[in-house]
Amino acid sequence: MNQYVVLRVVTKLMIPVIMLYGLYIQFHGEYSPGGGFQAGIIFAAAFVVYSLIYGLDGAQEAVPPEAAHILAALGVVLYIGIGIAAFFLGGNFLEYKVLLSDDHAAETLGIIGIELGVGITVATVALTLFYSFAGRESD
Amino acid sequence: MVAIAIVRIRNLFAVTMLSGIYSLLAATLFVILDAVDVALTEAAVGAGIMIILMLGTLALTTSKEKVHDKGQNLLALGVVVVTGAGLIYGTLDMPHFGDPDAPAHTHLSPHFTQESVDEIGIPNMVTSVLASYRAIDTLGEAVVIYAAAVGVLLVLGSGAVRRRRRKEEDHS
Repeated sequence: MNQYVVLRVVTKLMIPVIMLYGLYIQFHGEYSPGGGFQAGIIFAAAFVVYSLIYGLDGAQEAVPPEAAHILAALGVVLYIGIGIAAFFLGGNFLEYKVLLSDDHAAETLGIIGIELGVGITVATVALTLFYSFAGRESD
Repeated sequence: MVAIAIVRIRNLFAVTMLSGIYSLLAATLFVILDAVDVALTEAAVGAGIMIILMLGTLALTTSKEKVHDKGQNLLALGVVVVTGAGLIYGTLDMPHFGDPDAPAHTHLSPHFTQESVDEIGIPNMVTSVLASYRAIDTLGEAVVIYAAAVGVLLVLGSGAVRRRRRKEEDHS
């Protein structure tokens, strides 16, 4: 679809906004609707839009499928890691209160941490699914 | 009405578009019910990414549904009617919608709505329920999503092999 100038220019303008909105939803999730899941999907949508207009190869150069696989696993590992960190600091699994001395700060830190893990996993999984569907040729 | 159209129409491209509309309608319904977090998810996943994936599938297969005309299966109709009647009978025992005396509203909900800000320290109680009180639940969700990706990769392949092969062809 890269022969349409209007589409190309509008996409170029929109992609940073979409990514910024994704990050906003990710890190503002404690105050407004949103969280890792929604943010991950919106962030992945930016890459999907890019590859719809500019072709799949460009998107796969920016985020190679292999990197997406590793990041998807890392998101889950980050989540479990926070749980186990609480475990080793004397609390229960995923009990954030032991992470810092201040209860509220510890809870916020834990929530931001696991939301980040969820966000990374969801974004890269959505991207992986899109790559595997769009990367196949009809036969 | 959109749901009926989805069932009746045989052109899968139109069905994909209609299911996007259905997701968007569901999202507006969630907004009306004050469930903004769910609405955001429904709009992003149902109306956004899912449609793209479905279109990708259609590009790989065909956009016409094959019609099998085998007559009506009366036994299947009977099973569906009986199961549906049983489910509807089951809902009669449930508390009415928005009933303040429902068990869900007398035990945990007041605790979450009134004390979560003091206990967790963040204003959005949906996030504090999801990520703190129900953190292991959310961990399960994250693992399920990861498992879905692994499954798709096993079935479809990542496209990386094909890309490498194409590169080698370019070099030779």
